[in-house]
Amino acid sequence: MLNPRKDAVLPSDGADGPAPSTETPYVRAKGLSVGYTNEIIVPDISFEIPPGEAFALIGTNGSGKSTLLKTIVGLLPPMGGQLSVFGMPPGNNHARIAYLGQFHHSGFVLPLRVIDVVRMGRFPHYGLWQRIGRRDDEIVRSAVRTMGIEKLVDMPLRSLSGGQQQRTYLAQVLAHQADLLVLDEPTTGLDAGGRELYLRAINDEVCRGASVIIATHNIHDEAALCRQVMLLARKVVSLGAPEQVITPEALLETFGIAVTGDKSVQVFECQRRDDTQGFGPNIPRR
Amino acid sequence: MDWLVTPFATNGFMVQALVAGVLVSIACAIAGTFIILRGLAFIGDALAHGVLPGIAVAMLAGFSGILGAAIGAAVMIGGITLITQRSRLSSDTAIGLLFVGMLSLGVAIVSRSNSFSGDLTRILFGEILGISVQSIIIQLAATLVIMAIAIICARPFLLLSFDPEQAEVAGFPARLYHNVMLFMIAITVIVSFQTVGTLLVFGLLVAPAGAGALLAHRIEAMMAWAALFGIFSMYSGLLISYHFDLAAGAAIILVTIVIFFIVFVIQNLRQRRTALTEEPNHA
Repeated sequence: MLNPRKDAVLPSDGADGPAPSTETPYVRAKGLSVGYTNEIIVPDISFEIPPGEAFALIGTNGSGKSTLLKTIVGLLPPMGGQLSVFGMPPGNNHARIAYLGQFHHSGFVLPLRVIDVVRMGRFPHYGLWQRIGRRDDEIVRSAVRTMGIEKLVDMPLRSLSGGQQQRTYLAQVLAHQADLLVLDEPTTGLDAGGRELYLRAINDEVCRGASVIIATHNIHDEAALCRQVMLLARKVVSLGAPEQVITPEALLETFGIAVTGDKSVQVFECQRRDDTQGFGPNIPRR
Repeated sequence: MDWLVTPFATNGFMVQALVAGVLVSIACAIAGTFIILRGLAFIGDALAHGVLPGIAVAMLAGFSGILGAAIGAAVMIGGITLITQRSRLSSDTAIGLLFVGMLSLGVAIVSRSNSFSGDLTRILFGEILGISVQSIIIQLAATLVIMAIAIICARPFLLLSFDPEQAEVAGFPARLYHNVMLFMIAITVIVSFQTVGTLLVFGLLVAPAGAGALLAHRIEAMMAWAALFGIFSMYSGLLISYHFDLAAGAAIILVTIVIFFIVFVIQNLRQRRTALTEEPNHA
């Protein structure tokens, strides 16, 4: 879709917290099957993601997380059942969806600076022609600050470490100012500091009213912080609030090995950041 | 100074060759940049040889070589698309098959001509010193079209080079813009073959852009370096050819390759030096 949706671009900088979940869900799946023409990877998936909610997909490599995410963003067609994104079939709301894939094809040849990569996050709003303005530059700068890569902006992407590149990709996603963020293993390669910045950024996105879908195999980090968690192992093992879903039995079924899950799971939902405390284990229980 | 200017000041054909060379260098800089960024080197090479039978037929039947080359390129792209879509073979296999097939078809057709080796040499190695004003006008038009495509498609081409999935999710259909890019590369090959020939045009596509990739931190800069290296190669290749009586196309391509290796060595030395100076800090 080349027509920009200006109304979707504007950041709702009022800190009103997440929108009430009575609204139409951003993503709704009913009996959805995902996979490829010759092979269904995960059958019969049903869930809803209301505006302003974080949703975690947990599973091993090959469990179908990436396939589900690619179906949601419109890279793969649904193989059965129903899927609507913003009330439409997937692949129709480019300006409202930001996607961070797991693999980046841009090898080390691509001559791009960090700032160029982050600025690409603004392209979906403007199509081929429309000018990217000063306000976009501010958004880009703010995304760069959020991920703590201000000093790297003029560096070539290829000279960065894996973790710095991942911060750059995350900044690109943030610069999009999307209503739905779809992140496939976003913490790959991040150091402790990067993880902290990332968790803060996701919190801010949720506060802004955006929904976030995160695929991860890290049950102790962001997964436990989402409102809903889905365990995937080529089928839906369970779905619900993290404290109900992340049980030793379910984890055994998902990962095939006994995982010592942290029993004190907490819910991550637009934490006010007037305190200087970090996230992680200190997030207060709702 | 005389040595550098006189050949062009006293010979009209040298000026025409240089003008054609500059236009082709700009087109090749733009197309070559995306060939390198998108890893399309093999398809670029295949296109350069795939145009051969078209040119050969045009030569025998007496119509424009550029039209023949365009038909050859269309058959080549169509064939690759057909094989990759209708079979499980990867595009490398399809490209390789058609590449060799078209090349031998071209040589077979040319062998019917009375002046076999002369014609073949002209097609394979170009005839930059015999370029007509009409060809230059066509090259100018094509170069403008290529520049227009690169400007209009700047965002999708950038996203495509970064990650095709990102392009798709951002609302720029990856397959559409990939095909636009192939079209742009095909036009470049079609209008460039007269200057350095179908065998060597690939060098002009990848060597200047490759050297640019080593130096540049931005895509625009990479294109600018590529155009600069290409134009310099044209000029110095023509001069070398004039003074030492060497084949012009080959002399030009040799200069591009030499430039690439000079840039490569300088970059490596620079990187080694920065690595050495940074080491004590890490220790």
